[in-house]
Amino acid sequence: MNMVRNHVLISIDANTIIAGARAVEDALIKEIARQGLSQEIVVLETGSVGIEDQGVVLVVYPEGIYYTNITPAEVPELVEEHLLKGRVVHRLMLKETPKRFVITKEKTGLMKEQPRIVLKNCGFINPESIDEAIAADGYQAAAKALSSMKPDEIIAEVKHAGLTGRGGAAFPTGLKWEFASKVDNPVKYIVCNADEGEPGTFKDRLILEGDPHKLIESMIIGGYATGATKGFVYIRGEYELSIERLEKAIADARSYGLLGTNIFDSGFDFDITVMKGAGAYVCGEETALIESIEGKRGHPRNKPPYPITAGLWGKPTIVNNVETLSNIPEIILKGAENFKKYGTEKCSGTKVYTILGHVATPGLIETEMGTTLRDIIFEYGGGIKDGKRFKCALVGGAAGAFLGPDMLDVKMDFVNLREYAAALGSGAILVMDEDTDIVDMLKSVLHFFKHESCGHCVPCRLGTARLVELIDRIAASKGTSKDVEGLTRISETMKDTSFCPLGQSLILPVSSSLKYFKDEILARVQ
Amino acid sequence: MNLEDLKKIREKAEKDIELRQKKTRIKIVVGMGTSGIAAGAREVLKTFVEEISNRNLLDVVVTQTGEKGLASQEPMIEIFEEGKPVIVYGNIDKKKAQGIVENHIVGGRPVMEYVIEAK
Amino acid sequence: MYKETILKKFEPRLDNILYILHELQDNNEQHYVSKEDLKLCADYLSVPYSFVHGVATFYTMFSLTPRGRNIIRLCDSPPCHLMGSGSLLDYLKNKLKIDVGETTKDGVFTLELTSCLGVCGVAPALMMNNATIGKLTPEKVDAILEERRKSL
Repeated sequence: MNMVRNHVLISIDANTIIAGARAVEDALIKEIARQGLSQEIVVLETGSVGIEDQGVVLVVYPEGIYYTNITPAEVPELVEEHLLKGRVVHRLMLKETPKRFVITKEKTGLMKEQPRIVLKNCGFINPESIDEAIAADGYQAAAKALSSMKPDEIIAEVKHAGLTGRGGAAFPTGLKWEFASKVDNPVKYIVCNADEGEPGTFKDRLILEGDPHKLIESMIIGGYATGATKGFVYIRGEYELSIERLEKAIADARSYGLLGTNIFDSGFDFDITVMKGAGAYVCGEETALIESIEGKRGHPRNKPPYPITAGLWGKPTIVNNVETLSNIPEIILKGAENFKKYGTEKCSGTKVYTILGHVATPGLIETEMGTTLRDIIFEYGGGIKDGKRFKCALVGGAAGAFLGPDMLDVKMDFVNLREYAAALGSGAILVMDEDTDIVDMLKSVLHFFKHESCGHCVPCRLGTARLVELIDRIAASKGTSKDVEGLTRISETMKDTSFCPLGQSLILPVSSSLKYFKDEILARVQ
Repeated sequence: MNLEDLKKIREKAEKDIELRQKKTRIKIVVGMGTSGIAAGAREVLKTFVEEISNRNLLDVVVTQTGEKGLASQEPMIEIFEEGKPVIVYGNIDKKKAQGIVENHIVGGRPVMEYVIEAK
Repeated sequence: MYKETILKKFEPRLDNILYILHELQDNNEQHYVSKEDLKLCADYLSVPYSFVHGVATFYTMFSLTPRGRNIIRLCDSPPCHLMGSGSLLDYLKNKLKIDVGETTKDGVFTLELTSCLGVCGVAPALMMNNATIGKLTPEKVDAILEERRKSL
């Protein structure tokens, strides 16, 4: 092994990049190689070193010499004199060394490199221009699939990629498509669930608003693979801009012949209709969503029959989430093997997370499955706001679990989190600092469920109302320890007896908050 | 639509974009997702369009894109200029937009105070 | 009459019911679905009045009572709640002198709560009619209300 003699830190931040840091970095690496020093000298990028208005800044370690206002022209001299011969170039040196390494404008966490599959084009192309979408690989996967692949080849590829549903249930997408393709019925539907109502989740909105053509392309491929010739996208009514942009995108795709008859000369016909919701969280449940498309109250249906055999208007119906579908073009274009390079063994690919609450930089990231909560909060989210301490995070939306500090290093994917009685759900991560009142947060969650319970089944209708009574009493310091026990008892009963996942999932926030903060909650009762 | 058609559209789109870039000295891209709009992106976009047309800057184009995911920095804008790093500004409002046109677009000096990234 | 025009835009199929109700409400000066509207919709789609009533009351975006000229829908989902929507709600109630679900005496504002608007990165947020506005502070709320009053 070679000994590294020197580390050269090059400050890469907005100031230095504008001053030409990239060119200096290239020149430095080339010059070091040219003088045969590559084994001994390591060039490292760093954030701002706290020196501003001095052009490109380098720091050479172990000496700790700062060089400022460096241009590529100075690089050969610097490498030869300092790095080869060990003589400091006084002419370029900063006379007064800064007292400490001050980080002024570090790259914000959310700007860290992200492996973007689903959100590749979001924030880069003009979502209202089909030409820009096509120039950014749009419809290439559909072209490949429809012109050179058989439906079962597509399904095999999706199965092999290990893509699972990103809406929360994590059912293998390829398997769902395979079931659907084998159902013998001349009429089948593919429905995209864009009824994104889980509090703290807006990943689907980003795709609908930022890259609507990706969704259209994915649905064409899904339709072709399963034999569905008609697609529906059910978007919640509050997402005005998403509806507007997707409708424009569909109209543009029709005018280009990307929707309609005989797409890519394959003989395959396909079209998409946008359905606008009207405010009902329960419609995120697939059978309730189907009822809603049919024009009824959004009550969930009995299962079986599953939508795959009897869904929309009794016909075989494939229901996929927006994020799930948006993975398809990449899988078709680059293959399943490439897709499997991302993520964990059991859950391949990426996951889109929304990082919210008391973090320095709230927002949205796409990162590999299996990324830890710690990385998401502290690397991407920039850590806890105002230098406070981490208390817990509500992971997976309102229907998720509160996770405390002991869960920070657990690899998060759909399978792994289930082992810890938690759920990845929609990927919403609501971070709370040490000052957060957990009773108040639980109250907010339970009120949400009371409002959104559809009233179809008794356990959920009465259970959510009763839970709200209890938590209101506890929050007002008028409760007893029996009320606290009641929270668990009722949500457990609801888990066992509720008709659909809405009522079944309240146990997660209730039991997890009690697991971590029982003392805090008990301190509020007599 | 067949494969040949898609190829033609793609080639044409790429050519159009290239042509536009040749005529364009600077491209200003405003993030126009709901988060951006909720934080005031429409006014920012309007300000840029007004300032650019008032100053008759024919080689500057204002366009839009979706959200990147950096919600806390909305409204966000990016400045693309041939041969220079892309400058990303965050938390932009009407006044800051006017300052950016004055100093950066016309004067060639990025307003470092508002820069959140350069790449 | 505008209602006839709205109905004619859609085929008389049940799956158009949400679109029809949305349009009837959006075009109503008092921003609600009236009994008359429900009746029209039921007749047009050939379903019982009670069925349309059932659908309209199921979805929270529809109101069966008249509302003000501007509808404020403040998000009270956990992410906005954590970022202070509770105190903003108190502020709005005091400022407008109404409770949730009520309309100001002059008929200018109706105050409602909504589930997550999906702009949690700029929380707390509200919808003023069709526009989503985030990063709210009491000062910003004042400016928004003022702007709406001026545009009367």
